[in-house]
Amino acid sequence: MMNWNLYSRGDKFFAIIVSVLIGMFTAATLYPFIYIAAVSFSSGFAAQAGKVVLTPIDATLEAYGYILKDPQFWISYRNTFIYTIGGTVMSLLFIIPCAYALSRPQLKGRRFFNLFIAFTMWFNAGLIPFFLNMRDLGLLDSMFGIILGFAINAFNIILLRNFFESIPQSFEEAARMDGANDFQVLWKVFIPLSKPAIATITLFLIVARWNGFFWAMVLLQSESKIPLQVFLRHTISNLSDDDEFAIVQTAAGFSAETVTAAIIVCSIIPVLIVYPFIQKYFEKGILLGGVKE
Amino acid sequence: MSDRNSDVGGIPVEEVVVEASEALRDRRQTRTPDKKWVTVLDHFRREWQIYAMLLPTIIWFLVFLYKPMYGLQIAFKDYSIFRGVAGSPWIGWEHFQTLFSNDQFIRAVRNTITISFYNLIFGFPAPIILALMFNEVLHASYKRTAQTIVYLPHFISSVIIAGIVITAFSPTAGIINTFISWLGYDPVYFLTQPQWFRPIFVGTGIWQEAGFGSIVFLAAIAGVNPSLYESAVVDGANRWQMMWKITIPSILPTILIMLIIRIGNVMEVSFELVILLYQPSTYETADVVNTWVYRQGLQSGQYDLAAAAGLFNAVVAFVLVMTANTLSRRFSRTSLW
Repeated sequence: MMNWNLYSRGDKFFAIIVSVLIGMFTAATLYPFIYIAAVSFSSGFAAQAGKVVLTPIDATLEAYGYILKDPQFWISYRNTFIYTIGGTVMSLLFIIPCAYALSRPQLKGRRFFNLFIAFTMWFNAGLIPFFLNMRDLGLLDSMFGIILGFAINAFNIILLRNFFESIPQSFEEAARMDGANDFQVLWKVFIPLSKPAIATITLFLIVARWNGFFWAMVLLQSESKIPLQVFLRHTISNLSDDDEFAIVQTAAGFSAETVTAAIIVCSIIPVLIVYPFIQKYFEKGILLGGVKE
Repeated sequence: MSDRNSDVGGIPVEEVVVEASEALRDRRQTRTPDKKWVTVLDHFRREWQIYAMLLPTIIWFLVFLYKPMYGLQIAFKDYSIFRGVAGSPWIGWEHFQTLFSNDQFIRAVRNTITISFYNLIFGFPAPIILALMFNEVLHASYKRTAQTIVYLPHFISSVIIAGIVITAFSPTAGIINTFISWLGYDPVYFLTQPQWFRPIFVGTGIWQEAGFGSIVFLAAIAGVNPSLYESAVVDGANRWQMMWKITIPSILPTILIMLIIRIGNVMEVSFELVILLYQPSTYETADVVNTWVYRQGLQSGQYDLAAAAGLFNAVVAFVLVMTANTLSRRFSRTSLW
């Protein structure tokens, strides 16, 4: 926005100070990830003694060997993929048609339906009634229950509805002239025109599913159904006070710390892979749903 | 909301032209009152598809979000699993009396407010300062890279965040205590000592969300009229003065709205992270309403009492959010939803 050459000496000094501060904050943000990666590749002994600072000490893959041999790790990983893909598809199947319907001016009771949906953002029954309801529906310890029970949130619907409402009427008219019905208009006009908005929502849904933890912990009992985050939680809380493990690992070259770090690395990698795609969209996306004049 | 107020009787002007003939026919029919039902039926016959698109979501909301609201009545009942929600006997406000004579619950309410307050004081300015600083960085790719990195923690799950915190603050293995021992002090058992919970929790929150939170303010800064800066340059203002005299006043409405939203969400401490980081020895400073509800209800099975606590939390949150929404509407004539 400004030309460096036009800057006074004071302004240049200011800009440099700010750049340094930004650099420090960025480094502070990045450091924990580097530290965890370093721990995951270090020997158990070095990690336990607190010798790891920036780079792996006595580099070894023992911790990765330990978790990759654990069948539960792979089961959880697979489950997380199922929850993420199934959940995201399920959400979109609800959200897109609903947002379209709410954006139609001819929908009778439009105000009521909008309020009906938005109200849940302001008031919710809380943990206990939600849990009891899931139990009454027979959705405890059910993978389908996790996918269906968390499919929709009001915010995503409103976000997409706002976007649909901003599409000029003229785009739709041509399709209407050709005799298209609402399903066709949605499919051939609205969805192609809303790709950025839908991509934003999809990516947020994917991340939310990938990271979902609390309800999976509460609702799922079978080890065969738990997602990666719950497995990670179990590992962190079990390993640290498991004496038997402490004896085994000393000989094997890994420790509770290195195993925890290795699982963290394994579960962050997919997020890092999709992150560049998310980044392209989320800056616009967050504003789409944010404060609108 | 997008501006669709230029419509006639709920139908935008453009559409009136397209459906002119249909509208005319409708109007002719509504003239005779007994034909009203015919018009309604006609409407549904023509527009059934949009209702079909809406229906699954409405059913979902009824089943998964509104039915639990009906279930909230157990807050006023002596709930037993065998009798069910409807069959359990009413006991009035007994659970609420129990709650407000329960020291742990009172403590949880106090902790919730205190932690939110710290989040507000330390967590709220962080993204604003960050956005103002990003605005002063000239080197485009440096700025871009820094932004990419500071947005990242927002996308990391709380289990991983907690895992990182637990590893880094570990008394024997953690990097923090490694530094402390370099300085010649004894290791600190951070996660078992109540006085450390709030600083760690709030600090973690800033580390995770400050970057992502700055996006809203950066967008507000991008919307400032450039001619303001141009005339300030002519007047010989420096960058520091421009930041205080132009940028900050210009983004003040955004700051206010975000502040109001924040205050509206006082009861919403991210309890998932609390559950992952606290332990019995730190309940004293860490236990918030939702974690208390979780332990009483889901772990100890006192569903009715826990539901009462949850209802209390939800009602307070609702009042706060509604007040916040009204206030922000008044401040800037901007609706949040």
